[in-house]
Amino acid sequence: MRIAARGLVVRFGARAALAGLDCNLVSGELVGLVGPNGAGKSTLLRVLAGLQRPDAGEARYDGRSAAELGRAALARRVAYLAQSGLSHWPLRVDHVVALGRLPHRRPFSPPSAADCAAIEAALAAAEVEALRARPIGTLSGGERARALLARALAVEADMLLADEPVASLDPLHQLRAMTLLRAVVRKGAGVVAVLHDLTLATRFCDRLIVLAEGRIVADGPPAALTDAVLAEAYGVVAVRGERDGEPFVVPWRAAPRRDGS
Amino acid sequence: MSARAQGVEVGYAPLVAALAALTLVAALASLTVGYARLDVAAALADAFAGRSTVAALVFEQIRLPRAALGAMVGFSLGLAGAALQGLLRNPLADPGVIGVSGGAAFGAVAVFYSGLAGVFALAMPLGGVAGAIVAALLLYGLAGRGAGTMTLILAGVTINSFAGALTALALNLSPNPYAAYEIMFWLMGSLADRSLPQLWLAAPLTVVGWALLLSSAPALDALSLGEDTAASLGFDLGRLRAQLVAGAALAVGAAVAVTGAIGFVGLVAPHLLRPFVGHRPGRLLLVSGLAGAIVLLAADVAVRLIPVHPELKLGVATALIGAPLLYGLIDRMRKEA
Repeated sequence: MRIAARGLVVRFGARAALAGLDCNLVSGELVGLVGPNGAGKSTLLRVLAGLQRPDAGEARYDGRSAAELGRAALARRVAYLAQSGLSHWPLRVDHVVALGRLPHRRPFSPPSAADCAAIEAALAAAEVEALRARPIGTLSGGERARALLARALAVEADMLLADEPVASLDPLHQLRAMTLLRAVVRKGAGVVAVLHDLTLATRFCDRLIVLAEGRIVADGPPAALTDAVLAEAYGVVAVRGERDGEPFVVPWRAAPRRDGS
Repeated sequence: MSARAQGVEVGYAPLVAALAALTLVAALASLTVGYARLDVAAALADAFAGRSTVAALVFEQIRLPRAALGAMVGFSLGLAGAALQGLLRNPLADPGVIGVSGGAAFGAVAVFYSGLAGVFALAMPLGGVAGAIVAALLLYGLAGRGAGTMTLILAGVTINSFAGALTALALNLSPNPYAAYEIMFWLMGSLADRSLPQLWLAAPLTVVGWALLLSSAPALDALSLGEDTAASLGFDLGRLRAQLVAGAALAVGAAVAVTGAIGFVGLVAPHLLRPFVGHRPGRLLLVSGLAGAIVLLAADVAVRLIPVHPELKLGVATALIGAPLLYGLIDRMRKEA
């Protein structure tokens, strides 16, 4: 699947969260959406997921608009993992994961074999099989994040749009979650993840899109995250290194201000 | 988390079957209990044979409407409570607490007071539905999406008291003290002395309301994870809200227009059943409706067994039991928060 966004503008009052933004996303790529707070990452993700109507521009899915594709088809093809990991009721983990199958199910019919298989695969992939019968409210923050990730995986969409999927995880589960997203991509789907951890982003992503003030500052392989881009987007200086042939970036200190003010 | 929140989930089909059986038992109890001594079997035989014996008349014109209305209204209240709780994602939503019942009561009183009730038969149920819709829309405007418990309750209090004030205004301006007296007693909510034609008037609106509410089950499940996630799963939230507000207004409005305001059933029924369905809002709908029917039928049997004259009004009885329950529920939520 290919999502092509052209000229996206989203305004919240006087402020433009997205200020005329173009991007192309294709299956088979793990794309890290990075940038400072308020850069428009979550807004872009919501527009791509069809949750937010842009004030100008549009996103097309394999050449078709969200309206042409229809709600149900879009829901089957594009999965969205929200940032706020809460469930309003203390549902069991496997029941939460099963919600991911709603776009595929006929109302009031029992889950099909494919539904059950997808739920089991998602529980296994997110390593929450052992938690399946627990109410989601009793889980730790990291366990809950993984259960909700399993919910998004159960959709088995062509494209997974995840808003900060690793933000609340400990280092081990962050590494596991990124490995899991890589595995999703290997199976042919596309993943776009909002990430704050630049070290993880540069190590695991195929491509980084750097946003600042509603615009794309850089778009390319992790190497595109140059010192100039870091200074412009984040106002930081990073330490770079390499381990076993893999480059890494660690934000180190605030960049000196260029305008001297 | 307590064992209660963990749930005592049982199979869904056995649960529905058990509740349906209990509803039937409660309806049968409602048919057999009454002030006149009645041999139900003989009355039934007479009624089917078309013999207009006293027994058959009592059965057809007093007991049967009372039991059928009890089941229908109770189901409406339990179902609407569960649906509104799912929509607002708040265990304190209830057609009574949030003002929908109060709005419906005022709508029905307005029709009654204006004399429209005598113009065409459906005027009163339709007035109830219109009042309920206005209240539901006001609530939505004030409390909005995913509103906090506080906002919701405050909005409900506001709408309830405004509807109450308007109803009081109608009583205040009533030219005839007997009409005012009649309205006041009607407002307390009762299943006594209702007739089969009233049942037939309310039934179509009610059934449409049920269909709207029950068909929202998958969307309510999706809404457990918030509005964005539900929308990303393909549900049109604008349509869902309209569907639930219309469904609750039709079912509750029609019910209130026939029986008067009967509070707390819609609050208590979902609360009792939620642990049995693993807290899933979609599965809660049907079982909560059945529980509402059982609760209301049982309460209606109880008011006839309690030796108090005049008979305790059903709405008074449910409020006497329901209000302390609500108090306990809020207290528990406050401690958990």
